[in-house]
Amino acid sequence: MTEGPARILMAKVGLDGHDRGVKVVARALRDAGFEVIYTGLHRTPEEVALAAMQEDVDLIGVSILSGAHMVLVPPLLEHLRANDAADIKVVVGGVIPPGDRQKLRDLGAAAVFDQDAATDEIVDWIRRELRQPGTAPPVDGSGAPHDPG
Amino acid sequence: MGQHSEPDGIGEARDDWAVSDLKPALARMPERRKQFETLSGLPVERIYGPEHIAALDYLRDLGFPGRYPFTRGPYPAMYRSRPWTMRQIAGFGTAGDTNARLKYLIRQGQTGISLDFDMPTLMGYDSDDPRARGEVGREGVAVDTIDDLDEILEGIDIGAISVSMTINPTAWILFSMYVALAERRGVAWERLSGTVQADILKEYIAQKEWLYPIPAGMRIVRDLIVYSVRHLPRYNPINISGYHIREAGATAIQEAAFTLANGIAYVEDVCRAGLDVDEFAPRLAFYFIAERDFFEEVAKFRAARRVWARIMRERFGAQRPESMRLRFHCQTAGSSLTAKEPLNNIARTSLQALSAVFGGAQSLHTNGMDEALAIPSELAMKVALRTQQIVLEETGAANTIDPLAGSYCVEALTNEVEAHIWEYIKRIDELGGAVEAAKQNFFQIELAEAAYRYQRRKERGDLAVVGVNTYKDPRGSEAVPFALHEVDLDTEDRQKQRLARVRRERDPRRVDECLAALVAVARTDGNIVPPTIAAVKARATAGEIVSALRGVFGMYVEQPVF
Repeated sequence: MTEGPARILMAKVGLDGHDRGVKVVARALRDAGFEVIYTGLHRTPEEVALAAMQEDVDLIGVSILSGAHMVLVPPLLEHLRANDAADIKVVVGGVIPPGDRQKLRDLGAAAVFDQDAATDEIVDWIRRELRQPGTAPPVDGSGAPHDPG
Repeated sequence: MGQHSEPDGIGEARDDWAVSDLKPALARMPERRKQFETLSGLPVERIYGPEHIAALDYLRDLGFPGRYPFTRGPYPAMYRSRPWTMRQIAGFGTAGDTNARLKYLIRQGQTGISLDFDMPTLMGYDSDDPRARGEVGREGVAVDTIDDLDEILEGIDIGAISVSMTINPTAWILFSMYVALAERRGVAWERLSGTVQADILKEYIAQKEWLYPIPAGMRIVRDLIVYSVRHLPRYNPINISGYHIREAGATAIQEAAFTLANGIAYVEDVCRAGLDVDEFAPRLAFYFIAERDFFEEVAKFRAARRVWARIMRERFGAQRPESMRLRFHCQTAGSSLTAKEPLNNIARTSLQALSAVFGGAQSLHTNGMDEALAIPSELAMKVALRTQQIVLEETGAANTIDPLAGSYCVEALTNEVEAHIWEYIKRIDELGGAVEAAKQNFFQIELAEAAYRYQRRKERGDLAVVGVNTYKDPRGSEAVPFALHEVDLDTEDRQKQRLARVRRERDPRRVDECLAALVAVARTDGNIVPPTIAAVKARATAGEIVSALRGVFGMYVEQPVF
């Protein structure tokens, strides 16, 4: 991992306009010291992959609440792989039925967070995954790291 | 609200109670929290009494149901004569799938229809557009042409049941299809009741479905309202909506205030088109959420009615009582539902529904228990509908009008919410009104801030979510205890075939002529609804109509803030 704060691209793909969650998470990541870029709404998977490469980010957080995740996440992963950018981790958040979470991880998503996930939980997970300093103890004090999804 | 005069003896008795009873009780067992507050952050008193509503003037502030200022309800007899409309939203797959769900709900006792459209339909893309991929028929039903709407409503008498369509930037197209369909079926337009949402301002602010820049969006709404009030006397051409503003993160106060501020913007716009306020104001309808804070929600509904009545009479000089009475649809809060332990959502939704009924809603949608996981299954919708029927038939909650009136707590909260709404309206006026405020990202920043505060409160444990951040099941997450709606992966292909057939069968020259005529009207100050009706009759698609007008209006580009 490079020096300095990790760079994260928060993204909305497809026609889904639910942006409350993506903006809350973007804000929480920014407050936690990450450099955060938000794509805005209605991007295509291709546009998101391109933006991630151009911005040289370490991780993409893609938010989907429309149910179209199984159609929109695979091309995003595919575009990253095709452009030798598979080292950019992809985290999926939103309304993802339990049955689809493992499928997304099998396809190459690094993690899946549902809408009950706490921002602290997401921040901690990203810090661990990107080996960033400042990992806080879990908010609920339960000890064991939470396995997202 | 401060201390005002109160009947003799109460103040002394209260002081005595505080010293002799309360103090020792608190010494034995302290209160659960240092301070209690509503979901909006208003302080909640330990006990409310006459001193909290000493300034309340019964006739000025409450009056009677169906009378100014309508605090107690928009109609004189309310649910004693006519229960709220039980209007469960439905829409998925192709037209036939949705038609079957609608008929199921009607058989189960639903009294109104509410249609949910898929994202491409909402955003003006046809089902065969590359941008529609993966979204066709998924979150709602796909409508490309009038043929789809016809099949959705097959076997349903649209002259007898009201149809609400949750659609915004493309609302005027669905409206045009609906009235053209009535004509096709020989149903007189005078008989049509129902609504299109058509509230474009809250799209730029909260729900984020848009097509054109804000001025063009407003012009389309104005054209729709003007056309509808002149031709469809029973139809509500707009539902000015707080629901999505709230779900995007607003507090109850912001929800009510921003919605009413948007309402002011529409009224001003239609008045500028030359209509008298009493000509159209009676057809404006509203839409609010019922969230988790029971008393604050009841207060919000009552305060919103009172504020709107005063706005219409004092600000716009409305004369007809119908112009001043706020009628609203209500939906329980989707974002309050949890993916964990989803059966708990039935309890959440029941209590939210009760607040809507105590708040005097005209129609209600109760969410399915499974909505944090998928679009609702038939079983989830049945339980949700039964919840409303239980509130109506078993609890007695609807047997007297505005039963919480006179409650020291609810009246004090109603006054407080009202005062905060007026403050926001003043601020928005100072910014130049809701349209200007939206252009300046005022609402968007307020919402992002409030959403973040809410999330942090939840994570600090200040806002309990049972089964999620408190009373967690020590055994970890359980399997979902019911079957979820299965997405039919053939939907997209089936819909594309339907659309291809229409494209083959129709007269392409007539479609082109109609679209050209529409564009010509759009370039003038004329009303775009009549040429849109002609275009949908020629079986032009929604996507064709939307893209034809992009050349005139351009596209909206958001500057997102977080």
